Amino acid sequence: MLLKRIIPCLDTARGRVVKGTHFQQLRDQGDPVALARLYSEDGADEITFLDIDATPEGRATLVELVERTAHEVFIPLTVGGGIHDVDEIRTLLRAGADKVSIQTAAVQRPELITEGARAFGSQCIVVAIDAKRVSKEGWMVFTHGGRTPAGVDAVGWAIEAQRRGAGEILLTSIDADGTRAGYDLDLTRAVVDAVQIPVIASGGAGHPKDLVAVLTQGGADAALAASIFHSGAFPIPETKRYLAGQGIPVRL
Amino acid sequence: MIALIDYGAGNLRSVQNALGRLDASCTIASSPDDVAHAQAIIFPGVGAAAPAMAALRDRGLDLAVTAAIRNGVPFLGICLGMQLLFEWSAEDGAACLGVLPGTVERLPTQEKLPHVGWNTLDRVRPHRVLEGMEGEAFYFVHSYVVVPRFPAVAAGETTHGVPFVSAVTRQALLGVQFHPERSGTAGLRLLENFLRFADAEAAA
Repeated sequence: MLLKRIIPCLDTARGRVVKGTHFQQLRDQGDPVALARLYSEDGADEITFLDIDATPEGRATLVELVERTAHEVFIPLTVGGGIHDVDEIRTLLRAGADKVSIQTAAVQRPELITEGARAFGSQCIVVAIDAKRVSKEGWMVFTHGGRTPAGVDAVGWAIEAQRRGAGEILLTSIDADGTRAGYDLDLTRAVVDAVQIPVIASGGAGHPKDLVAVLTQGGADAALAASIFHSGAFPIPETKRYLAGQGIPVRL
Repeated sequence: MIALIDYGAGNLRSVQNALGRLDASCTIASSPDDVAHAQAIIFPGVGAAAPAMAALRDRGLDLAVTAAIRNGVPFLGICLGMQLLFEWSAEDGAACLGVLPGTVERLPTQEKLPHVGWNTLDRVRPHRVLEGMEGEAFYFVHSYVVVPRFPAVAAGETTHGVPFVSAVTRQALLGVQFHPERSGTAGLRLLENFLRFADAEAAA
């Protein structure tokens, strides 16, 4: 049966990891390639790089980083952050990314999803949605790192992204992100029930039990997390064993 | 020397990187001549059947690949590279290479499609390349599956709502629906098995 995926996310800028990591076995804590390789050997199911430096120099460094990673890491690699046209998608896929994650640019110009899916296949187009609760039943989409309201309903936007050719949805709860108090289960469930494509839940993981909740109650196909892995508090092998013990089908 | 078939449909680079990790050198084969000299062939693929078949025909690679398989050259088809070995694909109604009897159909499942992620290879039939692979998880990305006319070709099965054939073998030919080049250590092990198998066949 199809297994639930655990995906560590690395925030990068200028070819370096920008959020602190704590791994005694790594000499260079800031090298994304070494960290991606470690996570891969630990049993991560995919790796996501989120580049927070969208300047032209930062872009060139990112492409080089993806190339280096592709030589050493043999699990799927998703790359996101500031991608706004098909040429950039092509460059990153050629460098060795398996998928790209597009967010703000897709909201501003939804045709980008269709263009990317037509050119390279839906399987490599991930639409990232940052959503914030605005009422009892509703979540709205925010862009530019969660600062700008897009004036679009999050569930509706997920449906449109699917219709336009997205292969997966990477769904981040702005409310839960950084709290380590658990994923937004209601938001995740609402999007999972609205689309037929896989949903990757993100934002709020503080303990492996949060991953269990979002993969069962939330119905997510995959759970993305950063700090619980980077801090060393819950290494991936222990996390996956915990999930397996809770009856979640994972790759061990 | 291993030839990686280049017909513009591909994740050639990922396969090349994985072979590099295994210290295997390969050549990129984009002409019939390149294919004719190969000791072993890897036929990768991502994308849709019809444009891939058109690209193969444009380069004369369709006949070259078929001839190599008939000559018993060790051959590994990956994902679309396995599907194209069959006669016909329901994906755009494309006529394929017809090396193996059977068709390619949309997976008749109630589960989500595309089938994306890690899933296990079950009910493995003995084959040197698939040794030790029973129950291992591999990375899949696809909506269509092969339906061999003769069950004897099926060498492994995977379940996504319904069971489907995820590996095929016939003599020196092997095809897998998943991506060994993206499947971590299990995938690298499978590729290594294939390299050993190709060496053994060349020595025989």
